[in-house]
Amino acid sequence: MAVARRPPPPTKRTGTRQRSADGSLAKAPTGISGLDEVTRGGLPRGRTTLVCGSAGCGKTLLAMEFLVRGALEFGEPGVFLSFEETSQDLVENARSLGFDLQRLRSRRLLTIEHVHLERTELSEAGEYDLEGLFIRLGHAIDAIGAKRVVLDTVELLFSALADRSVVRAELARLFRWLKARAVTAIVTGEREGDQLTRYGLEEYVSDCVIVLDQRVVDQSATRRLRILKYRGSAHDGNEIPFLIDERGVSVLPITSLGLAHRASSERLSTGVAGLDGMFGGRGYFRGSSVLLSGTAGTGKSSLASQFVEAACKRGEKCLYLAFEESPPQIARNMRSIGVRLQPWLRQDRLRIHAQRPTALGLEAHLVAIHQMIDAWRPQIVVMDPVTNLIAVGSPIEVKAMLARLIDFMKTRQITALFTSLTDGSGASEQTDLGVSSLMDIWMLLGNREANGERNRAIQIVKARGMPHSNQVREFVMTGRGISLVDVSRAADGSVAVGSTRGAQQRRAE
Amino acid sequence: MKKATRSTWHLRLYVAGQTPKSISALTNLKRLCEQHLAGRYRIEVVDLVDQPHRAGQDDIVVVPTLVRRLPPPLRKIIGDLSHSEKVLVGLDVTRDDRGE
Repeated sequence: MAVARRPPPPTKRTGTRQRSADGSLAKAPTGISGLDEVTRGGLPRGRTTLVCGSAGCGKTLLAMEFLVRGALEFGEPGVFLSFEETSQDLVENARSLGFDLQRLRSRRLLTIEHVHLERTELSEAGEYDLEGLFIRLGHAIDAIGAKRVVLDTVELLFSALADRSVVRAELARLFRWLKARAVTAIVTGEREGDQLTRYGLEEYVSDCVIVLDQRVVDQSATRRLRILKYRGSAHDGNEIPFLIDERGVSVLPITSLGLAHRASSERLSTGVAGLDGMFGGRGYFRGSSVLLSGTAGTGKSSLASQFVEAACKRGEKCLYLAFEESPPQIARNMRSIGVRLQPWLRQDRLRIHAQRPTALGLEAHLVAIHQMIDAWRPQIVVMDPVTNLIAVGSPIEVKAMLARLIDFMKTRQITALFTSLTDGSGASEQTDLGVSSLMDIWMLLGNREANGERNRAIQIVKARGMPHSNQVREFVMTGRGISLVDVSRAADGSVAVGSTRGAQQRRAE
Repeated sequence: MKKATRSTWHLRLYVAGQTPKSISALTNLKRLCEQHLAGRYRIEVVDLVDQPHRAGQDDIVVVPTLVRRLPPPLRKIIGDLSHSEKVLVGLDVTRDDRGE
């Protein structure tokens, strides 16, 4: 059942809370790919957000991108107050993400203030406060009319100054001050053990807390982001994979799409006339997800190719993601059964993207697929074989990734076909991934060995929302593609296959 | 007893407005200088409320901060300078400098 996630009604809070005209919480879009979706519009405007995580999790880069995009896309200049990295380090690191901080600085859209505090270089002789920090930050904000501020990471004050009670009191004052200045701020904090931040920064920040995490699973590093808290706003509370690449941070919020996508009643040919017949003569629904399972050599790729060819002939764009074979090899092999993909490749109706699964981590695959779909907008996507992704993730992770991908494609009315290579020894209806529950249509391909011959068979295990045949049908690969063989019954009423069927048909004639 | 080390001390005190801590810091500093560096010191007071742009100059976060500009190396002492011994140690005012 489709259940749309509904945001809870906004909670009534203090009158100073910034709200937009319609009464909802005002937000500052980050411009970071995907982050605005999971936060339903961005970070709380005029408030401070805590971004915490262990060392190397991407806090600094995320915070910097928040300022860069704020400046470039939303015309909001920003101040980056760094307690750790020098301006030069920050500029160099940002360059690897394609951000030119120097240019932003010269255009007065960004100020980087590096605060160097080292306990061994300071002698303490009496009472003090952090008014110097306030003045410095205030001056930097005023100089360029900054609307966004990053403090990375303010916790360094605790290790640099001996009097922790002063630091605590001053930090509390700093957060109140930031709020009074109405800047949208990110403070970063370093995670330690079970604590979100080493010195309990979360006690000061009550509006929004984002946790970043980096784990190594099966030799590949995966980054996750979670919105732990977002007061007064709906948000996605799941752990969401994210990626840092040459385009910056990309969050993959596909689960946030939920199950609210529309369902088309348009039908698409499977590319095989006899198979269309098994679906009431009309094929798959547009926007459905189709799983083809079978052991090696049962004709999964062939069936997928015929589906692609039929779509190209209709004038649709198809993206074929190959995890096993190279594009020329696929084209050659399909030619042998009369499926001609070459012309469609030439006309750019078909794109084959071949990549070894192990070349990227699971999240990276997901991002790459996303970007390809976003950029080219195909109507059909084939993943062949999706089971090869197990090489880069655990079954649970692969299933989660597929769920995200399927949701994403459904919202775009993309018809997706996945092939799944099953283990020859296992039960025929068992898919390695346990992904069949995600699929609208599940077909099983197999070889039946009997009477000294191997015959190909296909059956529909499920097909949501449409009548479908319950028969196990024999099919043959011909020079003109896959062809389903007419059902012929043996004397005992069983479906005859192979030479038995031949004999049966000859007898009938 | 005239040595090269007995040169003029250049001390810069950063404060933020006329707060009790600021006033106390300047009073304490003047007293210590008169006691130990009489005739050989120069104090510059920078009020960051009037000159906010100067906070970055000596990387000031905490106020009051006393910076020993001369003699080198540069040293920083934070606080209202009420602990005289800590100030003298922090400034590295040796017995020789103190004229003892």
